[in-house]
Formats: sequence, C-alpha cells, structure tokens
Amino acid sequence: MTDTDNVGEDEATKNEDDSMDGYTDDEVITHAHGAGGGQMTDLIEELAVSRFAEGEADVGLAALDDGSVQPIDDEHSVVVTTDSHVVTPLFFRGGDIGRLAISGTVNDLAMMGATEPLALTSSLIIEAGTPQSTVERVTESMQETCEEAGATVTTGDTKVMGSDEIDTLAINTTGVAVVPKGGHVPDAGLSAGDKIIVSGTVGDHGISLLSEREGFDFGGDLASDVQPVNDLVRAAMDAGEVTAMKDPTRGGLATILNEMASKADVGIDVEERAVPVSGPVSSAGEVLGIEPFDVACEGVVVMGVASEDADAVVEALRDNPKGEDAAIVGEVVEDHTGQVVLDTGFGRRYLSPPEGEQLPRIC
Amino acid sequence: MATQPETDDGELQFRDPEKAEQLTEELESLMDEIGEPVNVMHVCGSHEQAIAKFGLRSILPDDLTVRMGPGCPVCVTNMPEVDEAVALAEEGKVVATYGDMFRVPGTEKSLADAKDEGADVRVVYSASEAAEIAEEEPDREVIFFATGFETTAAPTAAVLTSDPPENFSVLSAHKYVPPAMEVVAEMPDTDVDGFLAAGHAATITGYGLFEEFVEEYDTPAVVGGFEPIDVLFALARLLEFIRDDEAGLENAYPRCVTEQGNVPAKETLWEVFDTTSGEWRGIAEIPDANLVLSEEYAHFDARERFDIDVDPGAADPLTEDCICGDIMAGQADPDECDLFGEECTPQDPVGACMVSSEGTCKIWLEYGGQPDL
Repeated sequence: MTDTDNVGEDEATKNEDDSMDGYTDDEVITHAHGAGGGQMTDLIEELAVSRFAEGEADVGLAALDDGSVQPIDDEHSVVVTTDSHVVTPLFFRGGDIGRLAISGTVNDLAMMGATEPLALTSSLIIEAGTPQSTVERVTESMQETCEEAGATVTTGDTKVMGSDEIDTLAINTTGVAVVPKGGHVPDAGLSAGDKIIVSGTVGDHGISLLSEREGFDFGGDLASDVQPVNDLVRAAMDAGEVTAMKDPTRGGLATILNEMASKADVGIDVEERAVPVSGPVSSAGEVLGIEPFDVACEGVVVMGVASEDADAVVEALRDNPKGEDAAIVGEVVEDHTGQVVLDTGFGRRYLSPPEGEQLPRIC
Repeated sequence: MATQPETDDGELQFRDPEKAEQLTEELESLMDEIGEPVNVMHVCGSHEQAIAKFGLRSILPDDLTVRMGPGCPVCVTNMPEVDEAVALAEEGKVVATYGDMFRVPGTEKSLADAKDEGADVRVVYSASEAAEIAEEEPDREVIFFATGFETTAAPTAAVLTSDPPENFSVLSAHKYVPPAMEVVAEMPDTDVDGFLAAGHAATITGYGLFEEFVEEYDTPAVVGGFEPIDVLFALARLLEFIRDDEAGLENAYPRCVTEQGNVPAKETLWEVFDTTSGEWRGIAEIPDANLVLSEEYAHFDARERFDIDVDPGAADPLTEDCICGDIMAGQADPDECDLFGEECTPQDPVGACMVSSEGTCKIWLEYGGQPDL
C-alpha cells in the first residue's frame, strides 16, 4: 500500500515553496525516497504513520505491509491496498502500465492472503494531448488483466493535467477483499525452521525495463514478468501453511528478504544457486552491472512456509505455468537476526538491500 | 607449477564450486608452507567485486589478506578535475561522462549537482556516444569528461583518431596504472608481498609491461581474471612465488591477456596521449600517471580550447574524516572508516570510493558491508 515506482522519472520533485514551519528548502523529496530503502521508510514514518490512529486493525499502517487488514465482524476482516503506477515506457516488453496497475494491486491483496479481489478502483491522471488510442490500449489491457485475475474495476476517476504537470499517464488502483478472520498472511510471520520459497525467476521486470530504457538489445530474450499471481498464492495456501508473504517488487528479492527478516526478528539463509534466475536476465545483469536480486519482479511471490509443507507447496506452485520455476531457496534461522546470509556456492556474505536507484554500470 | 583447472570436457569452469574448494585447499597448504601472514594487493575494482560478490574472503585462509589498492580510476580522479568538468557544464556546454563519474563529488559540487541546477550533463556509455552527441548537435560544444585506465583511454584515443566533429573535445582525467603501482609499492606503510594484476588493463597493455616492475620491486605479480576460479587460481600462483621467495611474473588469464597486449590499441593510445605527473585523489602526486592529449591532438583538448574558470567553493567538512586515500593505498579497510555506511552512502557519498561501482567502499556496502562471515 506504500509502493511507488519511479522507473522513468528523471527529476526529483522539488519543494518550490518558501520554507514552512519546521521545514526548509534543503529538505526535498528525492528519488531515494521512492526507491524502497531506509530513506523511504523514514519518510513514510514521518509523514504518515505517526499521524493516523491504528484503530482495531489486525494489520495497520504502522506494519508497513502490502495492505491493511481490519475486522468487520466476528468472522471476517476486510483487506485494503492501494498503489500508484508510473512507468517509462508505458508499453514495454512483456506488459504495459495497465497490466502493471491491475497486477500490482491484485498481487498486494494476495500477499495479505486475500486471493479473491472483491472490487478494484482505477484512477487515471492523463496528460492533455495524449492520444485517446493510447489510453484505450491501456484500459483494454487493464480489462484483460482483470479477467485473468478474476477481478473487476467497480469505480474510478479521471483527471487531465497540463503537459508540464504530468508525463503522459499515471494510474492509481485500490483493491478491496474480504478474508475469514485470522485468515490473512502478514509479511512479519516468519519463524525459525520455515522454508523460503520463490515462485518464479527473479529480476525479469527490472532487468528487462532497465535494458530497454537504456537502449540495450540483448536479442529479445528479456521481458517483464508482470502478471497477477493470486491464483498461485491460492494454490500455495491450499497446499500448506504459508507463514509470511511478500512480492519482490521495488528493491527486489534482496530488499524484501531483509524486510521479512527484520520484521520477524529472525535470520534468513539463502542458497544463491537455488534461486531461479533466467539465463538472459543473468547475462544482461552482468553486462549492466546490476544484480537480478536487487531489481523488481512483478509476477513473483516469496513466501515462508512451514518446513513440513514446503515440498507440497512447491509442487502446487509448479502445477501452474506461472509457478513452473518455483523452488525452495533457503530457510529461516535463529542466528543473525534481521539479516540475510547468502551462500554463493563459494563463500558466504550478507545480502544487502540495494541503496537508491539502480544505474547501469559503465566502466 | 599447477596447471589451470579443467573440467572433464576439457573446458575451464570458472564458476565451479568444487574447483573452488580444491583451490581453497591448495591455498591453505601453501599458507602452511609459507608459515607467516601474507598480504596481497590487487588493483582493480572488478577484482574486488568478484571477491565480494562471491564471498571469497570467507573461504580464504585466515592469514591471507587480499586488499584493493588504487584500482578505481573514478576514485582517484582528483577533485579539481571534477571541478573543471562542473565549471564547463555551468558555462552552458554539454558535458558527457560515464555514469560512474556522475555523482563523484568535486570540491563543492558533483556533475549530478550541476545537472540538478540546470546544467546539461549527459551520461554516456562510450567516448563514441559522446562524439555522436556532438555530431547531432553541431551548435553546441560537447565535452567528453574522460575517465578510466588504459581500458577506456584506448577507446577515447580511437575516437580522436577517427576525425570527430569540430565541436567535440575531451577533458582527460585518464590514468595510467603502472606508475601508481610503483608509488604504492614504495609507500612505507604499505606492506605488499605480491600483486594480483588487473586482467582488464592487461588486455590492452600486455602482461610484459609488469616485467620491469616485478624486477625493480622484487615483488611477484600474477595477472588474473575475474571469475571466482580465476581469482583463486591467480592467488595460488602468487602464493607459490611467495613460498619460493621468487619475484616472478605469470599470466593466469591467458584467454584474454597476451604478453604484448593489444598492439594497435596501444599504438593509438600513445599517439593520442602523453603521460604527465598529477595528483591521484587521496594518494599522492604520481609521476607519469595522468594521461593528457599529445600536441598533435591538442585542438581536441578542452583545457586548450576553453579558458576553464574553476570556482571550486568550499569542501564538505566531512571530507576531513574520509579515509579513501588510506583505503586506496591498501592501508585500511572501509569498515575502519567512521563514515562508512553512516554519513557516507552511495546516495550521499563523502568520498569517491563510495560513488563508483569500482570503489572499495561501494562494493563492500553493496555486497554485505563486511568482507567475511
């Protein structure tokens, strides 16, 4: 619910006003605030978390999870999530902003254990002068993705802004679902002994978009993995006890594993060679100097699963083509709490979350 | 002497954990034979990346220390050189440079800061891309702020010898490694038993270049590649020299490096560039280790073409506490710096070692913050 995606932005948003009480012109929002690291967490804590009462939430704002969970009666809770999407280019290999906007919100609901979206909202902010056909292509793609996910848009909003105010198109989607009370899955639920499972190859979206944006042609083998994964999540939850879930969007696998370890106060050990990475992503990552573990996936889920259920969950995931590369990649341990240790096959090191934007290496 | 590891099908497997284990055992037994701590210096950010990324320090013998020396060309680019590029950009000219250089702090500003304030700074992937910008925008002066060792200096030279547009010029901050190795080897606080020489630079220069160095400083050197097996294999060869007390030279990267190197590239390089003395950031004034445009190409030299009015401003007081210089001289590790990962991060770097992907501090932070587990 706190996602931003600043792929494609070139300028930091500047505070152009004169200094207000307690703020100075020196403190402006930068890309680092949207890149998913410590600076973003601090900003969210300061601007939002401290201001809103938690109420009766099972999972509230302060949890900084993918969505909130609030009881509506003795037997049910409502799950809400929201996400704004901007991406350059709007239409990219493997998807487009419409597919991203629907998948992102359906997946955020699913990461809370809510695999049947009740309703989605769609809010489009469009730059004046954008061809209508462009917007049509986007909404068509949203429709198709909704059908794939078993979801539908039930309300929305459209705004048009000047060309100096917005770049082509931004989409906000909000999702609502109802789960049985206690049936949600937080991202903080790992405990020692759990296995870590990844549902598919990692790094595809980020590496494909970065190489496309930078004009590198790696022979057309790269494509975004953007897709709704609520069906995959359902299959996993039916097959075994899923203790924690997160999708490795912004900041990639490295970021979310560190978050999951910190939130649950456990350590995670990962076997690098067990993590599925496609050949083209691996090669392109080496050329660009970007680690596939550090960039966004848009159609993958990472879950903690009770050890005895891990094989059954992997099998259930692999039954779905979206999960054919699913694998157990590591386990939760009591040591090195809050940190992720990567066994590279040669030696061991900490897996750090990436800092700031990922720029292709030059020399 | 051992031969390079091979797999059953006769091909080298550069990422084979089993081979790595065999080589680690070989390193252990060589260290037992040597019987005292050994310090190895490498001079290439790509070596540091390979060592950190694959967690190799966690499997090296305890008494074997492998440290990076002055192996990051971006990191040794001196602040006044950055100030020159910033000044040109602020005068309204197009300054094109490598992404690694973009955020490197000058005295007061980086090129990224200048861009935020409205200057036209472009990130490019090659010298030829910068020349293309000049071709496409004939009304603008386009300056390529050129950084890097021989590996990038040769391509810069190639662009200058192929008749670039008149509105194109080069602000050279190119560096030449061998003299810097000599200076570091002579530093009283630097204790190096052997050098792991950079395979990338040697593809251009050839490994023969190091013969004189090995002889003069009575220190063995092995040219190594960048896969985990390459690094471990090169270290084993270096330990053999150290065990035998032999100042030998070996090419352990023969699939890319030859004795002579890339002769046409070298010829072009020395046609376009001369060496001159200059300050390497944080290390020392090093004789003959900066590359400047030769007289024949002076009309493409931004320093000749423009009267660069440098107004460096005041340095960040934190730079006083930055130990980049000691790190690049192989005398300290990043985690010995009070600023490391705290006041100094890739997003808000104090020293250049935290900016470039070839910089020791950035690499350590990227791959876990500490060298071994």
